[in-house]
Amino acid sequence: MKSTRDGYGEMIVELAKKNKSIVALSADLTPSVRLENFKKKFPERFFQCGVAEANMIGMAAGLALDGKIPFVSSFAVFVPNRCLDHIRQSVCYTDANVKIVSTHAGVITGPDGATHQALEDIAVMRALPNMKVVVPCDFDQAKKAVKAITKTKGPVYVRLTRPKTPGLPKQSFKIGKANVLRKGKDVTIIACGPIVYEALEAGKKVNATVINCHTLDPIDKATIVKYAKKSKKIVTIEDHQIRGGLGGAIAELLGENHPVKLKRIGADGFGESGSPEELKKKFGLTVSNITRTCRLKK
Amino acid sequence: MKKLDSIKDLKLMANTIRQDIIRMLARAGSGHSAGPLGMADVFTALYFNVLKHDPKKPLASNRDRLILSNGHICPVRYAAMARAGYFPVKELSTLRKYRSRLQGHPSRRNFPPLEAATGSLGQGVCIAVGMALAAKLDKKKHFICCITSDGEHDEGSTWEAVNAAGKYKLDNLIFILDRNHIQICGFTKNVWPLEPLKAKYKAFNWNVIVINGHDFRQILDAVKKAKKSKKPIIIIANVIPGKGVSFMENKYEWHGKAPDEKQAEQALSELIQERAKIR
Ligand SMILES: Cc1ncc(C[n+]2csc(CCOP(=O)(O)OP(=O)(O)O)c2C)c(N)n1
Ligand SMILES: [Mg+2]
Repeated sequence: MKSTRDGYGEMIVELAKKNKSIVALSADLTPSVRLENFKKKFPERFFQCGVAEANMIGMAAGLALDGKIPFVSSFAVFVPNRCLDHIRQSVCYTDANVKIVSTHAGVITGPDGATHQALEDIAVMRALPNMKVVVPCDFDQAKKAVKAITKTKGPVYVRLTRPKTPGLPKQSFKIGKANVLRKGKDVTIIACGPIVYEALEAGKKVNATVINCHTLDPIDKATIVKYAKKSKKIVTIEDHQIRGGLGGAIAELLGENHPVKLKRIGADGFGESGSPEELKKKFGLTVSNITRTCRLKK
Repeated sequence: MKKLDSIKDLKLMANTIRQDIIRMLARAGSGHSAGPLGMADVFTALYFNVLKHDPKKPLASNRDRLILSNGHICPVRYAAMARAGYFPVKELSTLRKYRSRLQGHPSRRNFPPLEAATGSLGQGVCIAVGMALAAKLDKKKHFICCITSDGEHDEGSTWEAVNAAGKYKLDNLIFILDRNHIQICGFTKNVWPLEPLKAKYKAFNWNVIVINGHDFRQILDAVKKAKKSKKPIIIIANVIPGKGVSFMENKYEWHGKAPDEKQAEQALSELIQERAKIR
């Protein structure tokens, strides 16, 4: 098992060897966001910004507007959430080529507690024009995602996580193209992030279709609507507030295009201290709750 | 409130609190070691001498407010509060555990006497300014004491709060700076230089006192002086991160790490030896 943040740390070093435009910025969290190796290998392209995230976003925008490809990393509660206006105006409005790659998203961040568990970042970033939103499910997908976003121009937010989580079967990665992991009957489970693992386990138990919707914006309308048409019910699951994230995006999409019974599983309120497993249970982010929800008649 | 008047008793209490911190962190298996150990003397002085507070009436309206803006060092506050009688000492072993009041970062929702939710740096300082304004509006005589850290002074919002306090001439606001010269990525002078800090505060219309944050006489005198200040005032407390545990002292690597069982044993034996020398 490896973490998604480890995938980022590995891939950015690989990419930066060939692409001299890549620069990285950290706000006194270099080891935690896995930029330590980048800093060692490319010291002149690494900027320590101190515990000053808002300024870091502006610095990244400036670097991007003059030709660099800045990767900005912190904990997801601080970047993007703390810096919303800076991201909106300095990055999105000017379409600056800034890549925000943040870690420690979700309740699986654990014992640090609610202050350190970003549960609103997808909703907030998804609302911004020009911002792409990517949520890799495992180490391998995090690597592929980081590579892919380097090739796309414009702002991207990548949501990563702290703990080591299980690897899923190898998948191709294309921004905006959801991966169908298994095909089943009647029910379709849609998930993003490391919780895709639990979604897949549950899907096997109830013979459901399982979709890894790793890109929230632009969302893969064709795939989602196609499987909605084959299903009597959709279940979404995410380590994020139940409002405005994956479940919200699916509800918006299907409400307009193919209304179908929908159950959203996710956080409803703030997290707290505890182990990732205890906290996942608190919000029903478990195989047993997903299977139960799939089986519910309503 | 249990008041300790002699320096010897304060030193003994600080030693007890340092032992509590080590035990709590080892039990939790994660958390911050260096900051809490460095601030144990300041917290002892606050809770056992200079703060006006009553563990039996923790939300009395005339209490001095204590905000821990660098929330990650909360183990020191939890230990001091337990020893002062806010809750049973054995509850300290629930630090960072599921359903505990003692969250990984202070949470007023979970435990109202903590006054605020902190953990995201550069926010408690702003709340402290707001509480100082509220006290002024209500013509209340209590003080707002806010602990903040050197790393927290990287944040723009910290300086916005400092500026606000200067503008409103908040003579009921006291900052105490956990000046331990470390943050996550290294020594503050390398990560994000802050000096000349004293001159910066003066320029923002604050009074400044610089002390050795391990010298009880200096801590007590400084807070007493601060309560008479006609302007907002900061006590810059120079402290040693990890104080009392040889292998943690001045090591930024111990910013966010808890001791394992063996390290905790070693730390406790050092603290117990130190205790025998207190007079
Ligand atoms: C807004 C914000 N950004 C980043 C962090 C992560 N963080 C936690 S502690 C810390 C270092 C702060 O320095 P300081 O308070 O001086 O640390 P210490 O002396 O306790 O080592 C950082 C960057 C945070 N808690 N809040
Ligand atoms: Mg410090």
